[in-house]
Amino acid sequence: MSADTDLWTVAVIIGLTLITVLTRTLFFISSKPWHLPHWAQRGLQYAPIAALSAVIVPELVMTQGQFIQNWQDARLFAALAGAVWFFWHKGQGQAVLGTIVTGMLVYLPLHLGLGW
Amino acid sequence: MTGVAMVNSGLSTFEALLMGVIVFAGSSQLAAIPLIAAAAPMWVVLATGFCVNLRFVVFSAHMRPYMMHLPLWQRLLSGYLTTDLSYVLFTRRYPQHGGTPEQLLAQQAYLAGNSGVNWLAWVGCSVLGVLLARLIPMAWGLGFAGILALLGILFSLASSHLRWVSAGVSGAAAVAAFALPFKLNILLAIAAAVAMCLMLEASREAAGPGPP
Repeated sequence: MSADTDLWTVAVIIGLTLITVLTRTLFFISSKPWHLPHWAQRGLQYAPIAALSAVIVPELVMTQGQFIQNWQDARLFAALAGAVWFFWHKGQGQAVLGTIVTGMLVYLPLHLGLGW
Repeated sequence: MTGVAMVNSGLSTFEALLMGVIVFAGSSQLAAIPLIAAAAPMWVVLATGFCVNLRFVVFSAHMRPYMMHLPLWQRLLSGYLTTDLSYVLFTRRYPQHGGTPEQLLAQQAYLAGNSGVNWLAWVGCSVLGVLLARLIPMAWGLGFAGILALLGILFSLASSHLRWVSAGVSGAAAVAAFALPFKLNILLAIAAAVAMCLMLEASREAAGPGPP
């Protein structure tokens, strides 16, 4: 599928780039020493994982805005297989890559073969 | 991999290449893709990307003493190019900052070389992914690999009990509030999870020192 380039998406991409720069250099910008308030420092511990989970979980358990009605869904088994791989190989270099590969090895046969 | 996910979500080849080359942050790209595909408002996409990227703020606070002798544009460039991997390798190689001018130069050279190789590999793979993705039918659902990648990154961030609580609250809230317009369920879920964890932390501290 080939989509057309539109200005809105390009603007979003440029915005994301500025966010990459801002978050990676926030403490390099000012030459004066400064600190975040305590609650913000603690919040930084929890916001990234919350953001990932908020994006992932609906993509796993919902279809067209509805909670899935049966367990025969390739995504659930793929995520489970990926999780098992990750915690089995935790601490080794390529655990994330293994999660993707294992998950897809479960996903593709179920999705293409059985139509789940 | 991210290249494949970008094309499968309906980005044009130009958009996917541009995103891979300039955004240069896999996790925020992958998180933004479903939101862009769902036509969420720009500020929701950017706010979500910002939250995913907040871990870099912690890195930048740590890296600050290594950087401040450089001019501003070099600090911004080095910071922009420092990914999770470069950060981990750099701080492992140089646990102490500062030193003689030669040592500072060596640190800078190490970081620049590391980030440079990393950038080339990332951009090369992104371009390859975008081009190869054209050859694979959409029906295969390869875009799902992007979700699995995010799942792996989530697991690697889950380093404490409260971080698991954050992921659990956020995931449940994002599903429960799915009917909200403009993908606001994502931001609501993040806010609820962070607020919950901060309250749990505060009540732990109030209870006094106990078992960790």
